Amino acid sequence: MSKVEEVFARNKADGQDTLVGYFPAGFPNVEESIEACVAMCENGVDVLELGVPYSDPVMDGLVIQQATEVALENGFKLGQIFDIVEAISSRVSTPVLVMTYWNPVMQYGVRRFAEDLKEAGGEGLITPDLIVDEAGEWLKASDDLELDRVFLATPTSTQERVDALVAASRGFVYTVSTMGITGARADLDAKARSVVEKVRNSPVERFTAVGIGISTSEQVSEVNDYADGAIVGSVFVNAYKSAGLEGLIALTKSLSK
Amino acid sequence: MSEQGNLRDIKGPYFGEFGGRFVPESLIAALDQLEETYRQAQADPTFHYELAELHRTYTGRPSILTEVKRFAEHANGARVILKREDLNHTGSHKINNVLGQALLAKRMGKKRIIAETGAGQHGVASATAAALFGLECVVYMGEVDTKRQALNVARMQLLGAEVRPVTTGSKTLKDAINEALRDWVTNVDSTHYLLGTVAGPHPFPEMVRDFHSIIGIEARAQMLEEFGALPTALAACVGGGSNAIGLFHAFLDDQDVQIFGFEAAGEGMDTQKHAATLNFGKPGVLHGARSYMLQNEDGQTIESHSISAGLDYPGVGPEHSWLKDLGRAQYRGISDDEAMQALRLLSKTEGIIPAIETAHALAGVLKLGFELGSDATILVNLSGRGDKDMETAGKYFGLLGS
Repeated sequence: MSKVEEVFARNKADGQDTLVGYFPAGFPNVEESIEACVAMCENGVDVLELGVPYSDPVMDGLVIQQATEVALENGFKLGQIFDIVEAISSRVSTPVLVMTYWNPVMQYGVRRFAEDLKEAGGEGLITPDLIVDEAGEWLKASDDLELDRVFLATPTSTQERVDALVAASRGFVYTVSTMGITGARADLDAKARSVVEKVRNSPVERFTAVGIGISTSEQVSEVNDYADGAIVGSVFVNAYKSAGLEGLIALTKSLSK
Repeated sequence: MSEQGNLRDIKGPYFGEFGGRFVPESLIAALDQLEETYRQAQADPTFHYELAELHRTYTGRPSILTEVKRFAEHANGARVILKREDLNHTGSHKINNVLGQALLAKRMGKKRIIAETGAGQHGVASATAAALFGLECVVYMGEVDTKRQALNVARMQLLGAEVRPVTTGSKTLKDAINEALRDWVTNVDSTHYLLGTVAGPHPFPEMVRDFHSIIGIEARAQMLEEFGALPTALAACVGGGSNAIGLFHAFLDDQDVQIFGFEAAGEGMDTQKHAATLNFGKPGVLHGARSYMLQNEDGQTIESHSISAGLDYPGVGPEHSWLKDLGRAQYRGISDDEAMQALRLLSKTEGIIPAIETAHALAGVLKLGFELGSDATILVNLSGRGDKDMETAGKYFGLLGS
């Protein structure tokens, strides 16, 4: 069982909700993003999803787009992702998964990226624009290095595709709740339940967390009723933008209560 | 290239190591549906008949060949022949693909189409098809491009489309595609993304190429019939690469026909301000396919620069990347100024005002004439007309007063 899977299993055994929290690396700069992530981990985030800023983030809504643009304008370099993972991991025991679009990893070298992530204490990757069909090199590297790999299951995925991506995933399966891109929504889409159903129907058993559009503590607990965890992103960025570390801590506490 | 078999027969998803589907899982079902619908249409004579009738009665196909002797005097006296895609309805080659995809959207029961546009030519073509087929149409266009192509924005609006300016990133074609992809992810059930070039995830590169391949198929037959021989060389401008692959494809297995694509070198091949992806890029993943792209060492996309909105794109279709690596086609850079001078030259010598995009190919021809010699016959894809560029050209040549 990977460290991420242990967290899900423990919370499940204890009847606790699981909160996966996203924050962009390097936003607004490297130092502040480390402090923000540590604060999230210390105040109730169970698994940290650390985002790599990328020039063409097609799965992200405006809030995260703007935040990662700031990170890039402030000079974020890809190699710093490992420094940030290492700094966070040295201060908290919360497992850290890196969320990244695929081109930066390709350019860095898939194997080399995996090795440096492992070395830094990272647990694996969440890959929003990499489907299992194109993931050959990453499947091998993550097997060799025992890293988690989180693929996305969506409302339009057939049972056959869900079966394949569930089998290929490790850590958990990222259930996309709406057909939208990331960004807080007023209501959670009922489609999430049908995706979770497909994940549950797969021959291979995996934890699954629901993301995209989750912004309130009610939604976090609602999702935890039928899935194994809830993934929250944009509202963390908004909280930090509007009220700094204090606002971020208050939000984390309210979402994980 | 015998070990490759026929180059013309290559289908997606991969062109050598290029192509594929590097997109969010959310889009896979729509891409599968599109591919399935396309395969069925290919096997259905009704589809071919419908498209051919539209081309005959609406597009105005076949487009003619025009030999340009006065222009050719400036190309070392080589014969220069234009394939007149500028005479198509809507003024460019883009209509070939748009009508094909609109028929597919109809078959899929999708009532809403979205499109990206740089110069506005694909946006205008998409808005036109939407009007013709009674579809809702939203066109994403970088804010920078809405300004330099204001006339085309008005055209799209007149045709009933909604133009949404894109204000993120470099505010040009690349970001318009990002925004269209976001829209598609959100509205995939009701919406067809009418991608306008031979880039993007499978099946787009293959399908868009097929719809444009009529350019080369016609031109090849017309060359044999009207000139009694195949050309020495082909020339076309390359942004995403749709008009170029449309011309090239029918000739890929004609070993004696040399193939030249001309990219935008912007302020020059010795500057950082260019859009010469195949000359200066590295393989990577952008907008769903593996291909050459302009990027830094971290894999962040580098903004491209060109006076021509339609070539101002840091990526290129995967089949071009493959043809480059095979050595079957050569890709060269043409600066803003070289293109503008060629635009004026064709206008003055032949009475044909080309689009600035197309002028890159014409500037390339002026050089090719000296390289290939006066015996050469060069077939150029005159991919679009220049009406939309009058403001840019007017300013460039100081014709608008001050």
